[in-house]
Amino acid sequence: MAEKEEPMNLKNIFLSLLFIATSLTLTAGDTINGAGATFPYPVYSAWAFNYYRATGVKLNYQSIGSGGGVRQIKNRTVDFGASDAPVKPAELKAGNFLQFPAIIGGVVPVVNVKGLKAGQLKLTGEALADIFLGEIKKWNDPRIEAINRGLTLPDSEITVVHRSDGSGTTAIFSTYLSVCSGDWSRKVGKGKSVNWPVGIGGKGNEGVANYVKRVNNSIGYVEFAYAKQSKMTYVKLKNKSGRFVEPSFEAFKDAAAGAKWNPDTGYYLWLVDAPGDGSWPIAGASFILLGKEKPGVNRRVVKFFEWAFKNGDATAEKLIYVPLPKLLKSSIQDYWKKNGID
Amino acid sequence: MSKQNLTDYKDTLFRVITFGAAMVVLVVIVGIFVSLVEQSLPAIRKFGFFHFITTPTWDPVHEVFGAASSLYGTIVTTVLAMAIAIPVSIGIAIFMTELCPNFLKGAMGTAIELLAAIPSIIYGMWGLFTLAPIMGNTVEPFLQHTIGKIPYLGSLFSGTPLGIDILTASTVLSIMIIPFMASIARDTFMLTPQVLRESAYGIGATRWEVIRNVVLPYSKGGVFGGMVIAMGRALGETMAVAFVLGNKHQIAHSLLDASATITVTLANEFTEADSNMYMASLFYLALILFVMSFLTLAAAKFILKERSAP
Repeated sequence: MAEKEEPMNLKNIFLSLLFIATSLTLTAGDTINGAGATFPYPVYSAWAFNYYRATGVKLNYQSIGSGGGVRQIKNRTVDFGASDAPVKPAELKAGNFLQFPAIIGGVVPVVNVKGLKAGQLKLTGEALADIFLGEIKKWNDPRIEAINRGLTLPDSEITVVHRSDGSGTTAIFSTYLSVCSGDWSRKVGKGKSVNWPVGIGGKGNEGVANYVKRVNNSIGYVEFAYAKQSKMTYVKLKNKSGRFVEPSFEAFKDAAAGAKWNPDTGYYLWLVDAPGDGSWPIAGASFILLGKEKPGVNRRVVKFFEWAFKNGDATAEKLIYVPLPKLLKSSIQDYWKKNGID
Repeated sequence: MSKQNLTDYKDTLFRVITFGAAMVVLVVIVGIFVSLVEQSLPAIRKFGFFHFITTPTWDPVHEVFGAASSLYGTIVTTVLAMAIAIPVSIGIAIFMTELCPNFLKGAMGTAIELLAAIPSIIYGMWGLFTLAPIMGNTVEPFLQHTIGKIPYLGSLFSGTPLGIDILTASTVLSIMIIPFMASIARDTFMLTPQVLRESAYGIGATRWEVIRNVVLPYSKGGVFGGMVIAMGRALGETMAVAFVLGNKHQIAHSLLDASATITVTLANEFTEADSNMYMASLFYLALILFVMSFLTLAAAKFILKERSAP
């Protein structure tokens, strides 16, 4: 008898599980699921919080890393993927993706040299590349002194600090060095993690910041927000127009405004060495990826970003992210319309 | 339905459930192994085995991958951590079983167990923010000025002391594995029959002689087992080391150089690995670590069996 009852019980359990599962998916109906880049996570979740209060629609964003974000949207397990590096047009086509930028961030070289204050040291892209290649070994190297007339620099070895983990920050930074220096591009190249010729590795922005603060005569690179919040000694960089600029909201906005964004290539662009008098040369956008064949899902995702573009600038700036320039926002809205989402 | 039938039925059900629970372990292990092999196939095909484990280069940009540098880091940090931890934990165990006044025993036992319960990420943060500065500013310069002056041996301590290096990582690791080794050693020491001890004392042995000639030989097997378990933990430890080793793919000759272990490489690079070959190479590293840990445990079991056999 009991043996006959057993399958019944199992069936009941199975049915109730099925019921729970369906009810979960039903409630998940007004939730948008996204996954990817870690860099924009704070701003996406702040937007999501405000969006939920305004509209009642939840956005669940998992910062699993850009690589994971691209893989997840490739398998269509999320509604949108996010990547700190733009996906190449060929791959967009292969994956049937739509791509647009959502927020801009920047990378700032920071130093720890006794007596140097923020913004005092000036560097060019070539000099920066030579330092990270280990070719400029000391702070008083003629190549650095030539840019910094009147500044006394110590006769001490430079300690280079870089990221030990793969990151969009490194991708942007190494792309900039590749653009500025043929040597760098040949020997090291660009990527989320590269084979660093010299230096020590810190895990995350906090790791790099920690070493730079602790080790005398060091140089590293961190996200703009991190440099600003922990009040680090940033350097001025020479931009494409030949001016030395400080990292600031305006400098990043200028860089974003001066760049040639092209919707036809899914806005594929590295925002490094951008033209414009006030442009900061090392910046990058964080991108959103959508599956082209899902207009219904995409409409919900796009609604969120439309709302964020309209209402989220102040939130973003408070978190020290750079909102997209107006022209770019309207171009993206046209791009959505053109692809059947409005 | 008779009572007998019901009992039989319950017995069978119980047997099936426990058998299923035991099988889960096997299925999971085999499943992990198979999926690791499957995911790393592209890298296995491209780099082969001997070429992969002898190449020290790890260049994601040009897709040249080799495991030599991370294997080297894994082995060196583990061996060094064991070298620090073994004498300390045997010392702890001897003190607690033979010398410790009774009122301290409970408190010390709890303290050691607490040490084992601290999550490894906390060791990592503590290592980065507290231990690394101490090592870089005080301990390592001191070592350079003393041992560093001795020819040959001194080259182990060359370079700029920054605190992010093999030495710091091994120190953190050793602190993490000491509780395991110490508590297992203590338990096995306590298993030494009181009669043996008392007869040794009875024929006039000193305390040291009792420890050296009675307790230690009696508990060799258990202490060895504890070491192997601790070594397994050191081999696979990730977060604590990820923060203080620098993830630099090089075969470092100085203990004050940054290095990388297999787990550190995985923790640092897995999330952002974008190309297929990169991903496959990371899986390949994981596979090697899996096999390595398995072989270590298997060897330990074998040695223990040999020893306990009459």
